[in-house]
Amino acid sequence: MPVLIVDGKELPGKAGTNVLEALLSAGVDMPYFCWHPAMGSVGACRQCALLQYANDEDSHGKIVMSCMTPVTDGARFSVSADRASGFRRAVIENLMLNHPHDCPVCEEGGECHLQDMTVMVGHRDRRYQGRKTTFKNQYLGPFIGHEMNRCITCYRCVRFYQDYAGGNDLNAFGSRDRIFFGRAESGVLENEFAGNLVEVCPTGVFTDKTLAKNYTRKWDLQSSPTICQGCSIGCNTYTSERYGQLCRVHNRYHQDINGYFLCDRGRFGAQHVNSPARIPQPGIRNEEGKYDPLSLDDAKAKVRDFIQHSSRTIGIGSPRASLEANQALRQLVGAGNYSNGMSRNEQVMHQIILDVLASGMKTPTLAEVAEFDAILVLGEDATNHAPLLALSIRQAVRNRSKEMAGDTDIAEWHDAAVRELAQDALSPLVIATPMPDRLDDVASQSLRLAPEEIVALSTEVSMYLSAGSESTASQASSVAQGLAELLRDARRPLIVSGTSLGDINIMRATVNLSLALQAVNPEAGILLAADECNSVGMAMLDNRLSVEELVDRTPETMIVLENDLESRLGAEFAKKMSAVRHLVVLDYLDNATVSVANILLPAASFAEAEGTFINFEGRAQRNLAVFLPQGSIAPSYYLLSTLNDDCLNDSFNDSLNNSTESVSSSHQARVQTIIESIRDEFSPLKRIDECAPDADFLVLGSKIPRMTHRASGRTAMQAEVSVHEPKQPVDTESALAFTMEGNQQQAPASLRSYVWSPGWNSNQSIYKFQTEVGGADTMGNPGVRLLQGDAMPAPFTIAPTTAAQISTGPRFVAQHHIFGSDPVSSQAQELSTRIPTPYVRMNTETATTLGVSGGDGLACQLPHKRIELSVILDDDVAAHCLVYPKLVQTIGLADVAPGDLQRIAGWQGPKDPLKPNLILTDRTG
Amino acid sequence: MSDLPLTKNINGKTPTDLTQYEATGGYVATRQAVGAMDPDALLEIIKDSNLRGRGGAGFPTGMKWSFVPKPGSRAAGEGHRYLVANADEMEPGTFKDRLLMEQDPHQLIEGMILAAYTISADIGYIFIRHEYHVAIARLREALAAAEASNYLGAHICGSDFSFRLHVHVSAGRYICGEETALLNALEGKRAIPRAKPPFPQVSGLWGRPTIVNNVETLCNIPHIVAHGADWFRSLGRGKDSGTKLFGASGRVARPGCWELPMGTPIREILEEQAGGMAAGYQLKGFLPGGASTDFLLPEHLDLPMDYEPVMQAGSRMGTGTMIILDDRSCPLGMIANLEKFFARESCGFCTPCREGLAWVQQILDSMEAGAGRPEDLRLLEDQAEFIGAIGNTHCAHAPGAIEPLASGLKYFADDFKAHIDGKGCPYKQGAN
Repeated sequence: MPVLIVDGKELPGKAGTNVLEALLSAGVDMPYFCWHPAMGSVGACRQCALLQYANDEDSHGKIVMSCMTPVTDGARFSVSADRASGFRRAVIENLMLNHPHDCPVCEEGGECHLQDMTVMVGHRDRRYQGRKTTFKNQYLGPFIGHEMNRCITCYRCVRFYQDYAGGNDLNAFGSRDRIFFGRAESGVLENEFAGNLVEVCPTGVFTDKTLAKNYTRKWDLQSSPTICQGCSIGCNTYTSERYGQLCRVHNRYHQDINGYFLCDRGRFGAQHVNSPARIPQPGIRNEEGKYDPLSLDDAKAKVRDFIQHSSRTIGIGSPRASLEANQALRQLVGAGNYSNGMSRNEQVMHQIILDVLASGMKTPTLAEVAEFDAILVLGEDATNHAPLLALSIRQAVRNRSKEMAGDTDIAEWHDAAVRELAQDALSPLVIATPMPDRLDDVASQSLRLAPEEIVALSTEVSMYLSAGSESTASQASSVAQGLAELLRDARRPLIVSGTSLGDINIMRATVNLSLALQAVNPEAGILLAADECNSVGMAMLDNRLSVEELVDRTPETMIVLENDLESRLGAEFAKKMSAVRHLVVLDYLDNATVSVANILLPAASFAEAEGTFINFEGRAQRNLAVFLPQGSIAPSYYLLSTLNDDCLNDSFNDSLNNSTESVSSSHQARVQTIIESIRDEFSPLKRIDECAPDADFLVLGSKIPRMTHRASGRTAMQAEVSVHEPKQPVDTESALAFTMEGNQQQAPASLRSYVWSPGWNSNQSIYKFQTEVGGADTMGNPGVRLLQGDAMPAPFTIAPTTAAQISTGPRFVAQHHIFGSDPVSSQAQELSTRIPTPYVRMNTETATTLGVSGGDGLACQLPHKRIELSVILDDDVAAHCLVYPKLVQTIGLADVAPGDLQRIAGWQGPKDPLKPNLILTDRTG
Repeated sequence: MSDLPLTKNINGKTPTDLTQYEATGGYVATRQAVGAMDPDALLEIIKDSNLRGRGGAGFPTGMKWSFVPKPGSRAAGEGHRYLVANADEMEPGTFKDRLLMEQDPHQLIEGMILAAYTISADIGYIFIRHEYHVAIARLREALAAAEASNYLGAHICGSDFSFRLHVHVSAGRYICGEETALLNALEGKRAIPRAKPPFPQVSGLWGRPTIVNNVETLCNIPHIVAHGADWFRSLGRGKDSGTKLFGASGRVARPGCWELPMGTPIREILEEQAGGMAAGYQLKGFLPGGASTDFLLPEHLDLPMDYEPVMQAGSRMGTGTMIILDDRSCPLGMIANLEKFFARESCGFCTPCREGLAWVQQILDSMEAGAGRPEDLRLLEDQAEFIGAIGNTHCAHAPGAIEPLASGLKYFADDFKAHIDGKGCPYKQGAN
């Protein structure tokens, strides 16, 4: 290991890294702006300067940028020399020439990297006498605010947006000291990862508009470590609150999963917690179909009564609810009367994922995806269905450029140079989907195939791989042959598929292909994206009875946990639901199932309830409540388990506060009891209590605080009620406390509720919690991967699809949309403006068959609603496929025969259904 | 064998066409070398000639070329290899390449053919600023003629060597004269210099091995190949080889551009070629090699125009085209004017250049306007130190830009002080 000598002291370095990374990894407070741990160095800001000495005799040294200097053994540097620190101070002084003095009104204030660096270098007195540069700001959509005057021109935003995330509508314009970062004209930033600009920008140019609505300084936020509910990836997030409102979601670094970034569904979709459609209190449906409010005790008594007097009570769980809530339901109704809330189709698909994860197949983490040098995507719309997966694939195709850089002795961190060298040389990525894919721009080959054609192609490739003989070889198509050879000869090939098309055969064919590939290329990996944040958890908990099967058993009482069965199973199924005598629904947002419940129980959202979720790779992760639910809202696990154990009396909040006396003795957190029952009952889940310490966990005798030690105004928060500071609510359910007292710095990663380090108030302080830059958490990476095995699964038998069997009639294909297909995040107000209007996309030939042209409208009448679709002609859609967005409005379309679609006379649809019509009320540009 | 090979065809009236160029020995070197000589042997000749880059930095041309990875090597990769002529002549006070391109375009083309052959480049670009429209037209005409005679294109002169040469008209930014910013501009990207290493020889245009040479540098190649390294070295009067186009602008009797041996003393250029100072003006100082070089004083007049002596005197030979400061012009005004230009031409990538030059300009403007404060001198010195060293900034633009200011603060301190004390420009007030 190379050793650097910095200010006379030896400092370990790592070959292939740069000096800035070595300094930061060693804990040195080295200021920087343009370097980013995930994006490498470009040397723009000149902030991380130090002196490098040519040799032992050199006492003068030369200013170099630590981010642009490779680690070499024995190299001598000085960080503290006057010339070095003077230079760094001069950089800040010059950056500050045009920076406005608006910290007090700037959203970034208090967690601003520029503030931190300014204080760090010791720049104080202003010597500049000139005028400041001013810019016009732009409207960038509902998520991101723009204040260009604060810009210090570090180029991080465009480097993230264009180079890392593949966006093309954010650019640098102009030159000299008038560089402008924005769009060519005001308008919505199109990229699905645009929200990361908020965290990537070292100052307040790009800010979170959702935070601005409930604005609170970082130091006044109450936060906790949460798990994103947006999809199956399980990104780690920090969710923050003040005054009972969710303020924002920030990235929570996880080395193996999301790294430094989130998608916009995850970041902004969490605003559903503040939705006006939240269910505030228990209700009972009256004769008119409206809900009369009910006390929680009365509601529970009613439900107990239903259960006692019903011949059969069933419980429908949910893959978007926690393991604990599902287990509480399962215990309430009995294992034989419980379904995990997935349809038969979903259960089979997720069983396949489970079996693959539990086998000896190589199932990479999201971070490992970036290491594969050839990727085949079979039917998975990663960007819309598991967005961070798409971001990882986008990095994986850069492996070719890294190889080229290696051949030319260019360091990987030398970002601009690597990109210049490689140009558009990318590692192979083949995408087989029915519709255009957002990753097509980095794909070496895009195949537009109907779902059954994807299965057929995949089968053909596997047969070619396993036969290895000339006879089969001659039968395979050239496309299949090309694919087979590409995968076989790659250093590390990866096959990606998932549940996004809802097609079991695609997943089976993917497994078969991976098995065939792994036999000839042992480095081959397989990644299957699951559907929802706890789909894999549900398959692990109890995957026996599907919703359909259970509902067919004529229950008298049915308890539905956080699950809209209409959107899951269609309107036809919903009719069966209404035939059930007593329908009890626990949920936090209004939906079709909620609207037909007899008794409604107000469930807590993810921000108000602890719970364990298992992501697509079988990693159990604990989500911790950020704040206490208001009024009679309570975590589902609490509502269900109190139904079970006859605990009458109180609200969740009271239950917490009343049990304080017994914390040390007999009390056990209710959630802990459930976790232990899961652990004891299901052997694959026996390690779930390892994913976070339980409620008894203490650091230096205290629980872990959710607030920063600088939280201000706590005593004033309820001053309109009483000037006396109220007793802080007690949290007996988790290791966190609703307080600012305690030791956040020494909390394990699974309990750390924000990142902060002395002198580092922004999220850049994350490096203080990493073993090295971009490395593992110093306290261990949170979460625990539950599934692994050695055995290879047997290949599936898939009925061979011949050309004759591939249907040639038009058929519907539902496409996920990052904004709109997830029923929960869609209810976030800001997100709702980005949801496309219903459309149907098809190629010209299919349109001719249907007798429609682009811009036409098609409609179909369902029993209780009418669906209208704008026709979009797109010859990049597979033949015969009618691609429509999976939205609330299009529920039930799958059951319609395409022939029943009627052309709407005189249709005047939206101009561009893919791009929603935003009302530019907050336009400032 | 002319002692002034670069301008031997230039009469200042009609440009040299292909026939005339061939008549004076043009393309002889091409016919002799291409296909017949080993490129390595050609490279040795260029190295032996001690030709140094005429664009300003004076880097030995042969050595620059030798860093291009040999075709077939691991670092060479696969694909095109490029040669680019830097004809983005935007240094204030510099107009030597214009003369060469307008008057004798084939000389540049032949130089590029031979250079491309030496480094195995198959595609070439002449990157030229759009204001040089006369040169652009003449180069295009000459390219067509050379192609028609098989000096360019496929199988040049019947050999296996093919080389396609294009004229690329730039939208024009001073920073495009920086070779890597030029390459980015040529690729259609923002004209931002690249961090080096990697050098263009390894990863240049579109990430491929590339050599960027100044026009004048390339124009020397045919003569070196035709007459040999020894002949070329013998042309110089001092340590450096060959001849150079020197120029003088400002209040001299006859501003202009002349080909003279390397090592010609500055006094000789100024007095014999430029005819001395214009009547009624005294020499106060001069920028020896264009706007981005340090001031020298009358005491430096006997320095030979060679790379090292000028550097030892604290400046750079740069492009060899002097800008003269006379005793009736305000040095501060001249510097302010230059810094305004350099601040405007900053690409805006790195902090010291983007912010630092703009600040310097603001201070100088306020001094000129009579609002200078005594502490401004300290500020200017601080900024000059902050911006001034190669390595402090992303490229050489800002360190070059600050050279007239840094040397001006040293040599014309009294003038700066007079601006502050007198609350305005003494030259305008006629106080001096």
